[in-house]
Order: sequence, then C-alpha cells, then structure tokens
Amino acid sequence: MNRKALILLKTLTWIACLSPFLWLLWCAATNTLGPDPTKTITFTTGTATLEILLISLAVTPVRRLSPRLGWLIKFRRLLGLFAFFYASLHLLTWMGLYCGFQPDAMLGDVVKRRYVTAGMAAWLLMLPLAATSTNWAIRKMGGKKWARLHRLVYIAAVAGIIHYWWQVKPGVLKPLDETLILAALLIARPVQVWLQRRKAAARAAGAPATVRG
Amino acid sequence: MLIGKPSDIPSSEITSKSAYREFLNRRRFLKAAAITGASMLGADRLAEVLEPRTRADAAVTKLKTVYSPLTTTGEQLTSYQDITTYNNFYEFGVDKDQPAKNSGALPTRPWSVKVEGLVAKPRTFDIEDLLKLRPLEDRTYRHRCVEAWSMVIPWVGYSLSEFIKQCQPLSSANYVQFLSYYNHGVEPWATRETDIRWPYSEGLRMDEAMNELALLTFGLYGETLPNQDGAPVRIVLPWKYGFKSAKSLVTIRFVKKMPHTTWNDESSFEYGFYANVNPNVPHPRWSQEYERRIGLPFYEQRRKTLMFNGYTDQVAYLYKGMDLRKNF
Repeated sequence: MNRKALILLKTLTWIACLSPFLWLLWCAATNTLGPDPTKTITFTTGTATLEILLISLAVTPVRRLSPRLGWLIKFRRLLGLFAFFYASLHLLTWMGLYCGFQPDAMLGDVVKRRYVTAGMAAWLLMLPLAATSTNWAIRKMGGKKWARLHRLVYIAAVAGIIHYWWQVKPGVLKPLDETLILAALLIARPVQVWLQRRKAAARAAGAPATVRG
Repeated sequence: MLIGKPSDIPSSEITSKSAYREFLNRRRFLKAAAITGASMLGADRLAEVLEPRTRADAAVTKLKTVYSPLTTTGEQLTSYQDITTYNNFYEFGVDKDQPAKNSGALPTRPWSVKVEGLVAKPRTFDIEDLLKLRPLEDRTYRHRCVEAWSMVIPWVGYSLSEFIKQCQPLSSANYVQFLSYYNHGVEPWATRETDIRWPYSEGLRMDEAMNELALLTFGLYGETLPNQDGAPVRIVLPWKYGFKSAKSLVTIRFVKKMPHTTWNDESSFEYGFYANVNPNVPHPRWSQEYERRIGLPFYEQRRKTLMFNGYTDQVAYLYKGMDLRKNF
C-alpha cells in the first residue's frame, strides 16, 4: 500500500467514524433528533461504539488472511479510539440526560441495574486501552505487556454486547447481529492459529520432498 | 359517529400535497397572524385547523365529539406527528417508526369485536355500532410508557364501563381480558422480530375496568385512530403503563381468574399485571422516577413521574390496602 492511498483511506476512515457524531450535531442544530431526542442520542452513540469496536476487532483476523493485508494494522488504533470516543459520549448522555448528573442517581443505576453495570464495566475496560494507545506507552510498556493488557478489549466487547442484551426487552432479538459477528470474530482467532500451526507442521513434514524435487 | 364513509375520499386526493403546500406558503403571513390570535384566545383546536399536521395516515376520518369533564387540562399536547410515528405496536415491528410504515394492511373495515366468556349472552359488536353506542368524548390524557417516555394525547372515546354494561357480565366475572388482532400474513414482523406468543393479551380487574377513566378509544385529535395507534378500537388506561392499553381489539372476554397478559408472560419480574404508573417502584432495568416527554428538545425532556401518572384522586381507591411494590 503506497503512502497516497494510505492517506486517502485514513481520511475516509476519519469521515466514516465521525459521521454519526456530525449527524447528531446537525440534527440537534436543526431540531430533527426525532420524537425522543434523548433516546436517539443514546442509541446512536451506543450503536456507533459497538459497530466501530467490532470493525476494530475484525482487523487482526482479516489481516491474517493474506500477507498483502498487513497495512490494515495501521487502522486499528484509530478505530479503537473512535470506539472509545463514542462510548464516552454514550456514558455522558446517560450521566446527563438520564441521571441529571445527580451522583446518587448514577450510583444507584450502576449498583441496581445490571445493564448499566455491564456498560460501565465495558467503558472502564476501554479506559486503560485508550490511555495506553500512544507509541510512547507501547515503547514504555514493552510490546508483550502492552499486547496482554490490550486483550481486555475482548472482555470489553463481550460486556458491551451483554449490556445491549440486558437493555432490550426480553423477546427482542435486535442485538443478535452484533452478537453473531463478535462470536465469529472471537472464534476466528484460535481457528486461524490452529490452521497456521497445521500448515507449518505440514510444511515441516513436506520440506525434504521439495528439496528432492 | 363517522361523518362520511372511511376511505371514501382520501384527503390526499382532494388537493395534492404540493399544491396544498404552495397554497399555504402564499397564505403564510395571514396564517401566522391567525394562529397567534387563535392561540392567544386559547383556541387550540382552531390553531390546529389553521396549521394542519403532517398526515401519517390519510385513511382517518373526522369524528363528531363532545366535551368531557374527565379530560386532562394544563398540559401541552404532543404533536399529531409524534403520536402517529412513535409507536410500540410489536405486531408491526419493534422499532418505534415501524408501525406507521408497516400497518397499512391492517383491515379496519369491516371490523367486529367479539364479547365472550362470563356474560349473559355472547355477542359480536360491529365497529359502526360501537361508534354509535355512546357520544364520543374528547379526552386528553397523559400517556406514560413503561420505557420511561411520555406523551399527552387527545383521545376520542367513551368510558369502557358504558360498553361493559351493554355486555351484561355475570357476577362471577372478576376480570376482563382484551385480545388484539393477530394475523401472521398482515403482521409478519410479530414473529420475525420477537418470540412473543401472539395474539397480544391484556387484562383488568373488573373494578378497574369499570373506573370512568378507562376509555374505549376510537380516535385521537378528533379523528379516527390511525392504524399504528390501534385502529379501529383500543383501550386507554391513563394511570397504567402504556402496554396495558391493548390495541386493535377483536375479543373482549369476561373471566373468573386473572387472565394471562403478554408482557407478564415474557418477563414477569419486569412487567406486573397491575402495571400502575409508580415512580417509587423501579423497573429492574431503569428507574421510573423520571420520564422523557416526547417532542421536546433533549435538554427539556426529563421530568418527574407522578404517582398513578397524576390520576391518584380518581384511581387510588382501587388499590387501597395493596402492597404496590409486590403488586407492581
């Protein structure tokens, strides 16, 4: 991937990731957030969080499909930070529009309502990941340690999906798409590792034959 | 009473929408002046006539209505647009905007309501007869959804008790059950998007059903109900969460034991049989202390929820001595 194409793709990614936020701003300014603006803001920021998080989780398995897709890694941090950006907006919406920034209301919600607990947990899990997203932090921590910490993203994503399921009415199947995608992305990792090992083993076994040929 | 036959001349055919808009533009100044004058005089209905709403459903027809002392005053009405495009009607999809888009095929004429169970004589009422049974009253009520949003809706109908008297229930009837229309062909979303056991079932204790606030409802904003709001006839119970108010009724059954109710079947710890609006009893997933009024800017939506949705004086006697935390 050449530099020009990369810059173009990055710009497009920025535009795509910012679009839900810009759309909300536009609707708020033109008073077109719909009948229940609070809900529109909550749903838009929540959905954007999950979707961008899922795309960021797709980077690694897709990259492994071909050595030519290595450049995809350059988008992972951007996507992860945008997911955190929307998660934070989502959190702020809940704090302000649902709890009126009243500490007792917020605390009560986190303690009493499991979907809020799960959502809060997801955001808290993303917080150290966002904080250690800089090159400096990676260098300082060392690649291995950093990678281990950033595995928290899997738990955050699962907590986010649980938050969604616990929030919808029983019997409503809306979070199913996101759940299946996350499940596929999580299963893809061990499957790919297993396939790679098998390939490596086959290559090792078949190596002398190639030499002979 | 219906004036003119339904779907006789859809209003959209009388004047095209764009022509109508152009006409409105030319008259903008006059209209603005007139509206200001009308609102200053408190003539909300006149203002409504002068500034027509966007029609979510062209099939509605005007109803002849009378004033009711049971109407709620001092509240700003939610717009017709919001009342008819923000609906929970899961047979037509789980998103709020789906019922308005998907309910076009609901066959509201001919329509009849079957009365069965513990009654002197089972009967079937034709919708036209139901409309003529009593004078139709304008009754504005607050509407509080269990999901913590609320509206103020000018319904049209008469007390359910008037209808129940016609049904001649036996003294052994302790409860009344309401069943909504269900047809998989018309409402494929019902099974595609939920695992609910259809048809929608709701119920009331007999004394609750006889309370004068319980409204057998045929219209809103002086017109017949649009399909998405439960055409052609529904129940409205302003002191209970919205899901108690079953839509598009086809069967009313008088029974001895508490009937099964749809949301209670789905999740009994979240949705009780009584479902009275109560800021002190939280839903497991959210507090019921506050609600979001529909149609206001996001920073003005939040407001305190009132006990029995503000209808304590009229309904509190029904629940005397009951633990409302247990019987939520």
